[in-house]
Amino acid sequence: MSEERFGQAIAADQRIEPRDWMPEAYRATLIRQIAQHAHSEIIGMQPEGNWITRAPSLRRKAILIAKVQDEAGHGLYLYSACETLGADRADLLDMLHSGRQKYSTIFNYPSLTWADVGAIGWLVDGAAITNQVALCRCSYGPYARAMVRICKEESFHQRQGFESLNALAHGTPGQREMAQDAVNRWWWPSLMMFGPQDDKSPHSAQSMEWRIKRHSNDELRQKFIDMTVPQAEVLGLRLPDPELRWNPARGHYDFGAIDWAEFRRVVSGDGPCNRQRMEHRVAAHDGGRWVREAALAYAAKLRQRGNGHHGGRPDQEEAVA
Amino acid sequence: MSREWPLWEIFVRGRRGLSHVHVGSLHAADAQMALRNARDLYTRRQEGVSIWVVPASAIMASSPEEKDPFFDPAADKIYRHPTFYTIPSEARHL
Repeated sequence: MSEERFGQAIAADQRIEPRDWMPEAYRATLIRQIAQHAHSEIIGMQPEGNWITRAPSLRRKAILIAKVQDEAGHGLYLYSACETLGADRADLLDMLHSGRQKYSTIFNYPSLTWADVGAIGWLVDGAAITNQVALCRCSYGPYARAMVRICKEESFHQRQGFESLNALAHGTPGQREMAQDAVNRWWWPSLMMFGPQDDKSPHSAQSMEWRIKRHSNDELRQKFIDMTVPQAEVLGLRLPDPELRWNPARGHYDFGAIDWAEFRRVVSGDGPCNRQRMEHRVAAHDGGRWVREAALAYAAKLRQRGNGHHGGRPDQEEAVA
Repeated sequence: MSREWPLWEIFVRGRRGLSHVHVGSLHAADAQMALRNARDLYTRRQEGVSIWVVPASAIMASSPEEKDPFFDPAADKIYRHPTFYTIPSEARHL
Protein backbone atom coordinates (compact mmCIF):
# COMPACT_ATOMS: atom_id res chain seq x y z
CA MET A 1 0.00 0.00 0.00
CA SER A 2 1.35 3.41 -0.90
CA GLU A 3 0.79 6.80 0.66
CA GLU A 4 -1.95 7.39 -1.88
CA ARG A 5 -3.66 4.11 -1.04
CA PHE A 6 -3.44 4.94 2.68
CA GLY A 7 -5.20 8.26 2.06
CA GLN A 8 -7.86 6.55 -0.06
CA ALA A 9 -8.47 3.87 2.58
CA ILE A 10 -8.90 6.49 5.30
CA ALA A 11 -11.20 8.58 3.11
CA ALA A 12 -13.30 5.53 2.23
CA ASP A 13 -13.57 4.66 5.93
CA GLN A 14 -11.70 1.40 5.45
CA ARG A 15 -9.51 -0.13 8.13
CA ILE A 16 -5.72 0.04 8.02
CA GLU A 17 -4.15 -3.35 8.80
CA PRO A 18 -0.73 -4.08 10.36
CA ARG A 19 1.27 -4.71 7.20
CA ASP A 20 -0.22 -1.84 5.18
CA TRP A 21 1.91 1.20 4.46
CA MET A 22 1.18 3.99 6.95
CA PRO A 23 2.77 7.36 7.72
CA GLU A 24 5.34 7.08 10.50
CA ALA A 25 3.45 9.70 12.49
CA TYR A 26 0.25 7.63 12.26
CA ARG A 27 2.15 4.61 13.58
CA ALA A 28 3.79 6.64 16.36
CA THR A 29 0.48 8.24 17.38
CA LEU A 30 -1.21 4.84 17.57
CA ILE A 31 1.63 3.25 19.53
CA ARG A 32 1.51 6.12 22.02
CA GLN A 33 -2.28 6.02 22.35
CA ILE A 34 -2.70 2.23 22.50
CA ALA A 35 0.21 1.85 24.94
CA GLN A 36 -1.23 4.55 27.19
CA HIS A 37 -4.58 2.81 27.00
CA ALA A 38 -3.00 -0.59 27.85
CA HIS A 39 -1.06 0.93 30.75
CA SER A 40 -4.29 2.48 32.06
CA GLU A 41 -5.98 -0.93 32.10
CA ILE A 42 -3.29 -2.60 34.14
CA ILE A 43 -2.67 0.32 36.51
CA GLY A 44 -6.47 0.48 36.81
CA MET A 45 -6.39 -2.89 38.57
CA GLN A 46 -4.87 -1.26 41.64
CA PRO A 47 -7.60 1.02 43.05
CA GLU A 48 -10.16 -1.79 42.93
CA GLY A 49 -7.79 -4.64 43.68
CA ASN A 50 -7.29 -2.76 46.94
CA TRP A 51 -10.81 -3.88 47.99
CA ILE A 52 -10.86 -7.54 46.94
CA THR A 53 -10.00 -8.90 50.38
CA ARG A 54 -12.46 -6.52 52.04
CA ALA A 55 -15.49 -6.93 49.78
CA PRO A 56 -18.59 -7.08 51.98
CA SER A 57 -19.93 -10.41 50.67
CA LEU A 58 -18.80 -13.43 48.69
CA ARG A 59 -20.99 -12.27 45.79
CA ARG A 60 -19.36 -8.85 45.65
CA LYS A 61 -15.92 -10.38 46.04
CA ALA A 62 -16.41 -12.83 43.14
CA ILE A 63 -17.72 -9.99 40.96
CA LEU A 64 -14.78 -7.74 41.86
CA ILE A 65 -12.21 -10.45 41.15
CA ALA A 66 -13.81 -11.08 37.74
CA LYS A 67 -13.78 -7.37 37.00
CA VAL A 68 -10.15 -6.86 37.97
CA GLN A 69 -9.23 -9.93 35.91
CA ASP A 70 -11.04 -8.33 32.95
CA GLU A 71 -8.92 -5.19 33.36
CA ALA A 72 -5.79 -7.33 33.11
CA GLY A 73 -7.28 -8.96 30.01
CA HIS A 74 -8.07 -5.58 28.46
CA GLY A 75 -4.48 -4.51 29.03
CA LEU A 76 -3.28 -7.66 27.26
CA TYR A 77 -5.65 -7.20 24.27
CA LEU A 78 -4.26 -3.70 23.89
CA TYR A 79 -0.58 -4.63 24.26
CA SER A 80 -1.25 -7.29 21.63
CA ALA A 81 -2.77 -4.66 19.28
CA CYS A 82 0.17 -2.33 19.96
CA GLU A 83 2.66 -5.04 19.05
CA THR A 84 1.11 -5.37 15.58
CA LEU A 85 2.60 -1.89 14.96
CA GLY A 86 6.09 -3.17 15.65
CA ALA A 87 6.27 -2.13 19.30
CA ASP A 88 7.90 -4.57 21.69
CA ARG A 89 6.07 -5.62 24.87
CA ALA A 90 9.14 -5.36 27.09
CA ASP A 91 9.90 -1.85 25.75
CA LEU A 92 6.33 -0.72 26.39
CA LEU A 93 6.46 -1.88 30.01
CA ASP A 94 9.86 -0.28 30.39
CA MET A 95 8.46 3.03 29.14
CA LEU A 96 5.60 2.80 31.64
CA HIS A 97 7.95 2.01 34.49
CA SER A 98 10.34 4.82 33.64
CA GLY A 99 7.51 7.34 33.21
CA ARG A 100 8.14 7.90 29.49
CA GLN A 101 4.62 6.70 28.69
CA LYS A 102 1.62 7.70 30.73
CA TYR A 103 -1.64 6.16 31.91
CA SER A 104 -5.01 7.76 32.65
CA THR A 105 -4.87 10.31 35.48
CA ILE A 106 -8.00 8.81 37.02
CA PHE A 107 -6.05 5.92 38.56
CA ASN A 108 -3.95 8.29 40.63
CA TYR A 109 -6.90 8.89 42.94
CA PRO A 110 -7.29 6.68 46.02
CA SER A 111 -10.17 4.24 46.65
CA LEU A 112 -10.87 5.14 50.25
CA THR A 113 -14.08 3.23 51.01
CA TRP A 114 -16.04 0.26 49.66
CA ALA A 115 -18.41 2.74 47.98
CA ASP A 116 -15.52 3.83 45.77
CA VAL A 117 -15.64 0.44 44.04
CA GLY A 118 -19.25 1.16 43.04
CA ALA A 119 -18.46 4.74 42.04
CA ILE A 120 -15.49 3.61 39.93
CA GLY A 121 -17.65 1.05 38.10
CA TRP A 122 -20.45 3.53 37.50
CA LEU A 123 -18.50 6.72 36.70
CA VAL A 124 -14.98 5.70 35.67
CA ASP A 125 -16.06 2.71 33.60
CA GLY A 126 -19.01 4.73 32.31
CA ALA A 127 -16.63 7.42 31.06
CA ALA A 128 -14.29 4.77 29.67
CA ILE A 129 -17.16 3.13 27.75
CA THR A 130 -18.16 6.48 26.23
CA ASN A 131 -14.59 6.90 24.98
CA GLN A 132 -14.19 3.30 23.90
CA VAL A 133 -17.44 2.91 21.99
CA ALA A 134 -16.17 5.72 19.76
CA LEU A 135 -12.87 3.85 19.30
CA CYS A 136 -14.61 0.70 18.01
CA ARG A 137 -14.68 2.49 14.63
CA CYS A 138 -11.06 3.63 14.78
CA SER A 139 -9.23 3.40 11.45
CA TYR A 140 -6.61 0.95 12.73
CA GLY A 141 -8.07 -2.58 12.51
CA PRO A 142 -6.40 -4.36 15.46
CA TYR A 143 -7.18 -1.45 17.81
CA ALA A 144 -10.80 -1.27 16.66
CA ARG A 145 -11.23 -5.03 17.12
CA ALA A 146 -9.70 -4.94 20.59
CA MET A 147 -12.12 -2.13 21.48
CA VAL A 148 -15.14 -4.15 20.33
CA ARG A 149 -14.11 -6.99 22.62
CA ILE A 150 -13.42 -4.61 25.51
CA CYS A 151 -16.71 -2.74 25.14
CA LYS A 152 -18.68 -5.99 25.37
CA GLU A 153 -17.01 -6.70 28.68
CA GLU A 154 -17.15 -3.16 30.07
CA SER A 155 -20.92 -3.18 30.18
CA PHE A 156 -20.82 -5.65 33.07
CA HIS A 157 -18.31 -3.41 34.83
CA GLN A 158 -20.55 -0.39 34.76
CA ARG A 159 -23.70 -2.28 35.69
CA GLN A 160 -22.11 -4.01 38.69
CA GLY A 161 -20.88 -0.61 39.89
CA PHE A 162 -24.29 0.97 39.53
CA GLU A 163 -25.97 -1.96 41.30
CA SER A 164 -23.49 -1.82 44.17
CA LEU A 165 -23.82 1.94 44.55
CA ASN A 166 -27.60 1.69 44.32
CA ALA A 167 -27.63 -0.82 47.19
CA LEU A 168 -25.62 1.61 49.33
CA ALA A 169 -27.63 4.66 48.27
CA HIS A 170 -30.81 2.91 49.43
CA GLY A 171 -29.22 1.34 52.51
CA THR A 172 -28.61 2.74 56.00
CA PRO A 173 -27.91 6.48 56.45
CA GLY A 174 -24.22 5.61 56.93
CA GLN A 175 -24.10 3.64 53.67
CA ARG A 176 -25.89 6.40 51.85
CA GLU A 177 -23.43 8.95 53.14
CA MET A 178 -20.53 6.73 52.04
CA ALA A 179 -22.01 6.45 48.54
CA GLN A 180 -22.48 10.22 48.30
CA ASP A 181 -18.92 10.84 49.50
CA ALA A 182 -17.54 8.48 46.83
CA VAL A 183 -19.53 10.22 44.09
CA ASN A 184 -18.32 13.61 45.38
CA ARG A 185 -14.73 12.51 45.00
CA TRP A 186 -14.99 10.63 41.66
CA TRP A 187 -17.24 12.94 39.63
CA TRP A 188 -14.73 15.62 38.59
CA PRO A 189 -11.80 13.27 37.93
CA SER A 190 -14.17 11.19 35.74
CA LEU A 191 -14.93 14.27 33.61
CA MET A 192 -11.19 14.85 33.23
CA MET A 193 -10.83 11.37 31.70
CA PHE A 194 -11.98 12.80 28.36
CA GLY A 195 -8.85 14.93 28.21
CA PRO A 196 -8.31 18.66 27.75
CA GLN A 197 -10.87 20.94 26.09
CA ASP A 198 -10.87 20.74 22.32
CA ASP A 199 -8.98 24.02 21.83
CA LYS A 200 -6.25 22.78 24.20
CA SER A 201 -5.86 19.27 22.84
CA PRO A 202 -2.74 19.30 20.67
CA HIS A 203 -3.10 15.95 18.88
CA SER A 204 -6.86 15.99 18.33
CA ALA A 205 -7.12 17.51 14.86
CA GLN A 206 -4.63 15.13 13.28
CA SER A 207 -6.16 12.12 15.04
CA MET A 208 -9.60 13.11 13.78
CA GLU A 209 -8.23 13.46 10.26
CA TRP A 210 -6.74 9.96 10.46
CA ARG A 211 -10.01 8.69 11.97
CA ILE A 212 -8.22 7.37 15.00
CA LYS A 213 -10.54 9.66 16.93
CA ARG A 214 -14.15 10.00 15.83
CA HIS A 215 -15.44 12.56 18.32
CA SER A 216 -13.81 15.44 20.13
CA ASN A 217 -13.02 15.37 23.85
CA ASP A 218 -15.72 17.92 24.61
CA GLU A 219 -18.36 16.06 22.60
CA LEU A 220 -17.68 12.82 24.45
CA ARG A 221 -17.59 14.57 27.82
CA GLN A 222 -20.98 16.16 27.12
CA LYS A 223 -22.40 12.83 26.00
CA PHE A 224 -21.25 11.19 29.22
CA ILE A 225 -22.73 13.96 31.38
CA ASP A 226 -26.05 13.78 29.54
CA MET A 227 -26.24 10.03 30.14
CA THR A 228 -25.09 10.14 33.74
CA VAL A 229 -27.22 12.91 35.28
CA PRO A 230 -30.49 10.95 34.97
CA GLN A 231 -28.73 7.86 36.38
CA ALA A 232 -27.69 9.89 39.44
CA GLU A 233 -31.35 10.79 39.92
CA VAL A 234 -32.26 7.08 39.97
CA LEU A 235 -29.58 6.53 42.60
CA GLY A 236 -30.88 9.51 44.56
CA LEU A 237 -27.33 10.85 44.79
CA ARG A 238 -26.22 14.41 44.09
CA LEU A 239 -23.51 15.18 41.54
CA PRO A 240 -21.17 17.75 43.17
CA ASP A 241 -21.66 20.57 40.67
CA PRO A 242 -24.03 23.42 41.59
CA GLU A 243 -24.03 24.63 37.98
CA LEU A 244 -25.25 21.32 36.59
CA ARG A 245 -28.65 21.92 34.97
CA TRP A 246 -30.60 21.03 31.85
CA ASN A 247 -30.35 23.60 29.09
CA PRO A 248 -33.35 23.14 26.79
CA ALA A 249 -31.91 25.54 24.20
CA ARG A 250 -28.78 23.41 23.81
CA GLY A 251 -30.51 20.11 24.44
CA HIS A 252 -27.70 19.25 26.87
CA TYR A 253 -26.81 19.66 30.52
CA ASP A 254 -24.70 22.72 31.33
CA PHE A 255 -21.95 22.09 33.83
CA GLY A 256 -19.40 24.00 35.90
CA ALA A 257 -15.76 24.68 35.14
CA ILE A 258 -13.34 21.76 35.39
CA ASP A 259 -10.22 22.37 37.47
CA TRP A 260 -7.64 21.91 34.72
CA ALA A 261 -4.84 22.99 37.02
CA GLU A 262 -5.55 19.87 39.07
CA PHE A 263 -5.60 17.77 35.89
CA ARG A 264 -2.19 19.07 34.84
CA ARG A 265 -0.84 18.50 38.35
CA VAL A 266 -1.95 14.85 38.33
CA VAL A 267 -0.73 14.28 34.75
CA SER A 268 2.69 15.64 35.63
CA GLY A 269 3.03 13.18 38.51
CA ASP A 270 1.73 15.07 41.51
CA GLY A 271 -1.62 13.36 42.09
CA PRO A 272 -2.56 11.68 45.38
CA CYS A 273 -1.29 8.20 44.37
CA ASN A 274 1.07 8.55 41.37
CA ARG A 275 4.13 7.35 43.23
CA GLN A 276 2.33 4.53 45.02
CA ARG A 277 0.81 3.21 41.76
CA MET A 278 4.15 3.16 40.00
CA GLU A 279 6.05 1.65 42.92
CA HIS A 280 3.48 -1.12 43.19
CA ARG A 281 3.61 -1.77 39.44
CA VAL A 282 7.42 -1.89 39.31
CA ALA A 283 7.59 -4.09 42.43
CA ALA A 284 5.12 -6.54 40.86
CA HIS A 285 7.15 -6.63 37.65
CA ASP A 286 10.49 -7.08 39.41
CA GLY A 287 9.06 -9.58 41.87
CA GLY A 288 7.72 -11.68 38.99
CA ARG A 289 11.01 -11.78 37.11
CA TRP A 290 12.17 -15.10 38.61
CA VAL A 291 8.85 -16.69 37.61
CA ARG A 292 9.25 -15.55 34.01
CA GLU A 293 12.82 -16.77 33.92
CA ALA A 294 11.96 -20.11 35.53
CA ALA A 295 9.20 -20.67 32.94
CA LEU A 296 11.66 -20.00 30.12
CA ALA A 297 14.26 -22.32 31.66
CA TYR A 298 11.64 -25.06 32.07
CA ALA A 299 10.48 -24.68 28.46
CA ALA A 300 14.09 -24.87 27.26
CA LYS A 301 14.70 -28.01 29.33
CA LEU A 302 11.59 -29.71 27.92
CA ARG A 303 12.72 -28.91 24.39
CA GLN A 304 16.17 -30.28 25.13
CA ARG A 305 14.73 -33.55 26.41
CA GLY A 306 12.48 -33.77 23.41
CA ASN A 307 9.36 -33.50 25.60
CA GLY A 308 8.30 -30.18 24.17
CA HIS A 309 5.38 -29.65 21.91
CA HIS A 310 6.20 -30.74 18.38
CA GLY A 311 3.22 -29.26 16.61
CA GLY A 312 1.56 -31.43 14.06
CA ARG A 313 -1.91 -31.11 12.68
CA PRO A 314 -3.96 -29.46 15.39
CA ASP A 315 -7.25 -30.85 14.11
CA GLN A 316 -5.97 -34.38 14.65
CA GLU A 317 -4.95 -33.63 18.19
CA GLU A 318 -8.29 -32.15 18.80
CA ALA A 319 -9.95 -35.39 17.70
CA VAL A 320 -7.95 -37.28 20.31
CA ALA A 321 -8.70 -34.77 23.07
CA MET B 1 17.88 -17.12 24.11
CA SER B 2 15.83 -13.97 24.56
CA ARG B 3 14.93 -13.18 28.16
CA GLU B 4 11.34 -12.44 27.13
CA TRP B 5 8.59 -14.95 26.54
CA PRO B 6 7.97 -15.43 22.81
CA LEU B 7 4.81 -14.21 21.06
CA TRP B 8 2.01 -16.63 20.11
CA GLU B 9 -0.90 -16.02 17.76
CA ILE B 10 -4.22 -17.32 19.08
CA PHE B 11 -7.07 -18.87 17.09
CA VAL B 12 -10.39 -19.75 18.71
CA ARG B 13 -13.24 -21.95 17.46
CA GLY B 14 -16.36 -20.20 18.69
CA ARG B 15 -18.55 -23.28 18.64
CA ARG B 16 -18.84 -26.61 16.89
CA GLY B 17 -19.29 -26.15 13.18
CA LEU B 18 -17.21 -22.95 12.91
CA SER B 19 -13.56 -22.58 11.90
CA HIS B 20 -10.89 -21.31 14.21
CA VAL B 21 -10.58 -17.54 13.88
CA HIS B 22 -7.63 -15.34 14.81
CA VAL B 23 -8.41 -13.37 17.97
CA GLY B 24 -5.07 -11.83 18.94
CA SER B 25 -1.75 -12.73 20.47
CA LEU B 26 -0.06 -13.24 23.81
CA HIS B 27 3.34 -14.00 25.29
CA ALA B 28 4.10 -17.38 26.90
CA ALA B 29 7.15 -19.48 27.67
CA ASP B 30 5.87 -22.55 25.78
CA ALA B 31 2.89 -23.94 23.91
CA GLN B 32 1.19 -25.39 26.99
CA MET B 33 1.36 -22.08 28.80
CA ALA B 34 0.20 -20.28 25.67
CA LEU B 35 -2.88 -22.54 25.59
CA ARG B 36 -3.72 -21.96 29.25
CA ASN B 37 -3.14 -18.22 29.00
CA ALA B 38 -5.23 -18.08 25.83
CA ARG B 39 -8.06 -19.79 27.68
CA ASP B 40 -7.89 -17.19 30.48
CA LEU B 41 -7.43 -14.26 28.12
CA TYR B 42 -9.70 -14.97 25.15
CA THR B 43 -12.43 -17.31 26.49
CA ARG B 44 -13.41 -15.88 29.88
CA ARG B 45 -17.02 -15.79 28.75
CA GLN B 46 -17.26 -19.09 26.93
CA GLU B 47 -16.22 -17.56 23.61
CA GLY B 48 -14.63 -20.82 22.50
CA VAL B 49 -14.69 -24.61 22.47
CA SER B 50 -11.19 -25.08 21.00
CA ILE B 51 -7.98 -23.05 20.83
CA TRP B 52 -4.95 -23.18 18.53
CA VAL B 53 -1.73 -21.42 19.49
CA VAL B 54 0.95 -20.79 16.85
CA PRO B 55 4.39 -19.23 17.38
CA ALA B 56 4.09 -15.81 15.75
CA SER B 57 7.49 -16.40 14.14
CA ALA B 58 6.06 -19.44 12.30
CA ILE B 59 3.51 -17.39 10.37
CA MET B 60 4.39 -16.38 6.82
CA ALA B 61 2.11 -13.68 5.46
CA SER B 62 1.52 -12.39 1.95
CA SER B 63 2.71 -8.85 1.54
CA PRO B 64 0.20 -6.02 1.10
CA GLU B 65 2.58 -4.38 -1.42
CA GLU B 66 2.24 -7.42 -3.66
CA LYS B 67 -1.50 -7.55 -3.18
CA ASP B 68 -2.32 -6.71 -6.79
CA PRO B 69 0.14 -8.97 -8.64
CA PHE B 70 -0.38 -11.72 -6.08
CA PHE B 71 -4.14 -11.89 -6.42
CA ASP B 72 -4.40 -10.64 -10.01
CA PRO B 73 -4.49 -14.08 -11.64
CA ALA B 74 -8.00 -14.60 -10.23
CA ALA B 75 -9.35 -11.29 -11.50
CA ASP B 76 -9.60 -12.15 -15.21
CA LYS B 77 -11.13 -15.60 -14.79
CA ILE B 78 -14.72 -14.59 -14.52
CA TYR B 79 -15.69 -17.90 -16.14
CA ARG B 80 -15.09 -19.43 -12.68
CA HIS B 81 -18.31 -17.81 -11.52
CA PRO B 82 -21.67 -19.40 -12.32
CA THR B 83 -23.10 -16.06 -13.43
CA PHE B 84 -20.69 -16.10 -16.42
CA TYR B 85 -22.89 -18.62 -18.25
CA THR B 86 -26.03 -17.90 -20.20
CA ILE B 87 -28.65 -20.54 -19.72
CA PRO B 88 -32.02 -20.63 -21.52
CA SER B 89 -34.67 -19.54 -19.09
CA GLU B 90 -36.75 -22.66 -19.68
CA ALA B 91 -33.91 -24.83 -18.31
CA ARG B 92 -34.79 -25.31 -14.62
CA HIS B 93 -32.76 -26.21 -11.53
CA LEU B 94 -29.43 -25.06 -12.97
